[in-house]
Amino acid sequence: MDLELRRKIHSYVMQGLCALATGTLLAILFIVLWYIAYNGLQGFSIDFFTNMPAPVGHTGGGVAHAIAGSFVLVGLAFIIGVPWGVAAGVFLAECKGSRFRDTIRFTADVLNGMPSITAGIFIYTLVVVKMQSFSALAGGLALGIIMMPLVARNTEEILRLIPGSMREAAMALGIPEWRVVLFVVLPTAARGIAIGVSLALAGVAGDPVPLFFTALNNNYWSLDLFQPMASLPMEIFRYASAPFAVWHEMAWTGALVLIGIVLVAGPLPVILP
Amino acid sequence: MIVKITGDKLFNCLIYAGALGLFILVLGMALEIWREAGLSIESFGWSFLLSRSWNPVAGNYGALPYVYGTVVSTLLGLLLAGPISLGTAIFLVEFAPRRVKKTLGFLVDILAAVPSIIYGLWGSFILVPVLLRYVEPWLGQHLGWLPFFQGTPYGTGMLAAGIILAIMITPVITAVSREVLEVVPANQREALLAMGATPWEVVRAAVLPYAGRGIVGAFTLGLGKAVGETLAVTMVIGNRPDISWSLFDPAHTMTSVIINEFTEAVEPLHLSALIHIALLLFLVTLLINVLARLLIYQMSRVNRSVSYGP
Repeated sequence: MDLELRRKIHSYVMQGLCALATGTLLAILFIVLWYIAYNGLQGFSIDFFTNMPAPVGHTGGGVAHAIAGSFVLVGLAFIIGVPWGVAAGVFLAECKGSRFRDTIRFTADVLNGMPSITAGIFIYTLVVVKMQSFSALAGGLALGIIMMPLVARNTEEILRLIPGSMREAAMALGIPEWRVVLFVVLPTAARGIAIGVSLALAGVAGDPVPLFFTALNNNYWSLDLFQPMASLPMEIFRYASAPFAVWHEMAWTGALVLIGIVLVAGPLPVILP
Repeated sequence: MIVKITGDKLFNCLIYAGALGLFILVLGMALEIWREAGLSIESFGWSFLLSRSWNPVAGNYGALPYVYGTVVSTLLGLLLAGPISLGTAIFLVEFAPRRVKKTLGFLVDILAAVPSIIYGLWGSFILVPVLLRYVEPWLGQHLGWLPFFQGTPYGTGMLAAGIILAIMITPVITAVSREVLEVVPANQREALLAMGATPWEVVRAAVLPYAGRGIVGAFTLGLGKAVGETLAVTMVIGNRPDISWSLFDPAHTMTSVIINEFTEAVEPLHLSALIHIALLLFLVTLLINVLARLLIYQMSRVNRSVSYGP
């Protein structure tokens, strides 16, 4: 076969293989989502959102306490992670050209790659052992420090997109730097920062691992920050690990609700004006 | 005037505190976990890594089966995820029609946003039965002469863990590889196209060598994620601390033993041994992430110096 043709065929084959890889990835995505939707919808009802767990063998139980718990935990994570992350992000974007800045950015990137299990154990030794009890507070703290570096890096990226002329215009009016950042730069970047924050929140909302060491789980309705607290991912795990078919159905429905929250509510600011 | 100066000072203090806090957090994590692992480090030292006995009743702890499980499941995941991630990244950047590029990229990102508990649930109720009934018997029949595919199919085991890990790290490797491929300057491609190269030859000779370090960085990042992945693996690996050649056999990983035994550990030494494993995990993932970031940074720095110009 002549060389020209062979090179062409080789190229087509490799392009085809790359397309095949993409197809495989998309197929996996659809298979996973389809099973979650199909199995999750079977037990989907209003009861699921409003009821407390039913005793073993009974149907019609819900995860009201876990949904409430998840919101409390994620809310705590928000209170801890967002101000801290935005402050660090502003630092990364505003203090240009220092060695210290590069170190901090590197640290944030490295921290973003660390497994959530180490954050969980850190908060366990730091808070749970000292307070001698698993608590929602510890859970929120663990989720907060997991999302913080993510928020920091995202805030930095967004702030860098703000044109320097805007900052200069404000400075030329004699406005002190801190007010320029707080009232000119940050509001302009607000939407981008909000998207980053909600993606980070969605990430920690679906991760039960740090909660094993901190908030643990609770079978009852509880909003007490100093007591163990239930959460949606923990409930899914509990239902999935049990040997009852009814509980497995609960796990699937819980997974559908969780994925709905994470995939729909998470990137909501992207769609909002 | 005074208000102006103090305002700036206060603001600077705040953002410096945020930045410094980030640094202190990593140090604090390392020290705190180190301190809590102290009892186990004193008792076992380096033999912790080489001993196979894990016996809370006798007070003997060795992490070898867990380290083995983590290493093998991670490598298997990387092996399965590698070609698919790289192929997808190349397709999305180089070959995909412009109109579908964005949508495809968005779908890959969705895969990354699916919580790990969902993969665990899917893995244990869908993947494991399929492996048990179809895949493992088939592999045993046709490739049974290899030591990896011998023995009874269990469904749960190393193979299931490897597949789940592969699914979970593929979007990460793809996303980072894509970013890296996208910073390859267009003139690299154009130069080769001008010489009459086919599309694949452009990728092979111009794009991949240029992006090489960054792609290695992307794989290293995926490796770090796989090593630290906890729940999904725990739900499908079978949780048995065996060291076996066969991928069908149940195994255990460093993360899964921590999550399984942590709430039941009452002996101080048991708890300390679990935190000792967490310390190893912390140090290994720290090293992997530092390496990955250095590789990716280097890539973007090389590019920045090249892309200056008209």
